[in-house]
Amino acid sequence: MEERKIRVLIAKPGLDGHDRGAKIIAQALRDAGMEVIYTGLRQSPEMIAEAALQEDVDVVGLSILSGAHLALVPRIIELLRANGQEHVKVFVGGIIPEEDVPVLKAAGVTEVYGPGTSTREVAEAIRQAVLGEEVH
Amino acid sequence: MRKSTDSDLVERVLAGERLALARLLTHVENDTPVGREALERLFPFTGRAHLVGITGAPGTGKSSLANRLAMAYRKLDHREPPRVAVLAVDPTSPFSGGALLGDRLRMKDVTGDPGVFIRSMASRGAVGGLARTTAAMAQVLDAAGFEKVLIETVGAGQSEVEVARLAHTVIVVDAPGLGDDIQAIKAGILEIADILVVNKADLPGAENTFRNLRLMLDLTFPEEREGLWRPSLVRAVASTGEGIPEIIQAIEAHKDFLVKTGSWAKREEARLWGEFESLLQAALLARWRDQVGEEAYQQTLSQLTRRQISPWQAVKKLLERDSMISE
Repeated sequence: MEERKIRVLIAKPGLDGHDRGAKIIAQALRDAGMEVIYTGLRQSPEMIAEAALQEDVDVVGLSILSGAHLALVPRIIELLRANGQEHVKVFVGGIIPEEDVPVLKAAGVTEVYGPGTSTREVAEAIRQAVLGEEVH
Repeated sequence: MRKSTDSDLVERVLAGERLALARLLTHVENDTPVGREALERLFPFTGRAHLVGITGAPGTGKSSLANRLAMAYRKLDHREPPRVAVLAVDPTSPFSGGALLGDRLRMKDVTGDPGVFIRSMASRGAVGGLARTTAAMAQVLDAAGFEKVLIETVGAGQSEVEVARLAHTVIVVDAPGLGDDIQAIKAGILEIADILVVNKADLPGAENTFRNLRLMLDLTFPEEREGLWRPSLVRAVASTGEGIPEIIQAIEAHKDFLVKTGSWAKREEARLWGEFESLLQAALLARWRDQVGEEAYQQTLSQLTRRQISPWQAVKKLLERDSMISE
């Protein structure tokens, strides 16, 4: 058996058309040895949850710049759970006001990253979140 | 961690549960004991799906084409349209071991359809356009009741002939502006085509590409012959759906041809034997690696690095250590 590959879905829910950040993080996670499924712009929560299911990912990374995170993120987590994927870790990146971070975490988000976060930090947090849990 | 989601995978896959299918595909991709046992139990349920390979150079539009074909199959005028699975292989980075799997990007139209299942996979170091476990994953999808399994290769170009061994029908996608007619003639990839698609047929130069391919076909297949499949040549624009009905027609005509001439059974046999042989090779290699031991192996590699021995001498040296295989 080969080493455990971490599978990550990178998606952009909602309507904003800026995918630079999503692409950069996708590439950084690939360079960190992960298998990254990139689904691109304008994904509905249903599409994201369905892709996460079919791809059996460990992590869903959501890039949101539109300000609609409080509507989109809890809905996606709800759908993941409804599909039996409660083990999937959800990370959010983008422009998220500080006061919304606790709300997102309470909804089940593992971590929220704003502009300027180093991609290495994100990769390490993902590795910890996925592999750390399996050791215990 | 995921004990509960992993119990009775085989039963749940046969019952059509999508989460179980996704989990089992991961087990098979990672070649776990669970995956191996499941493959054995699912084997009697395999052999029904029509495996359709889609190959061609990067940027020719393989993913868009797979998306359109899946969509078209689902809208066929049947009481019950076929269920379609897509296995899309992208390259693993040889440096990091990671992979960026971007084929889903072009397959948005079919994500909501319960009769469609798309799975991306990384090549994980295998060459030839597929990953080592692509065939096994196609078997799982076959057993899960998908009548059409579209297999999209990495798309690295001329050496991607693995898919011909796996698929019943191979579609080679070409597009204008990728190379002159010499490329078309020298590329072994064209010889594996059952259907040739000139995609992006709305771009300048498409007629040239089309003519070159037709000329090549005329030279290779100068006349119609009973029992010989002459590859279909189709123009398409995957982004708009133009030419898709013709491709579907060609795929189905090829299937009928295979069944009628007995080639279907022959291909199945060749595929099973090939799979057996590659498993045997992998098993023998793994067993041999165990016997040689890591230390001797690494020692030989470092001698090789220092150019104290040649690659062939390195192989001989290791084989001589092994009592099973002596020179």
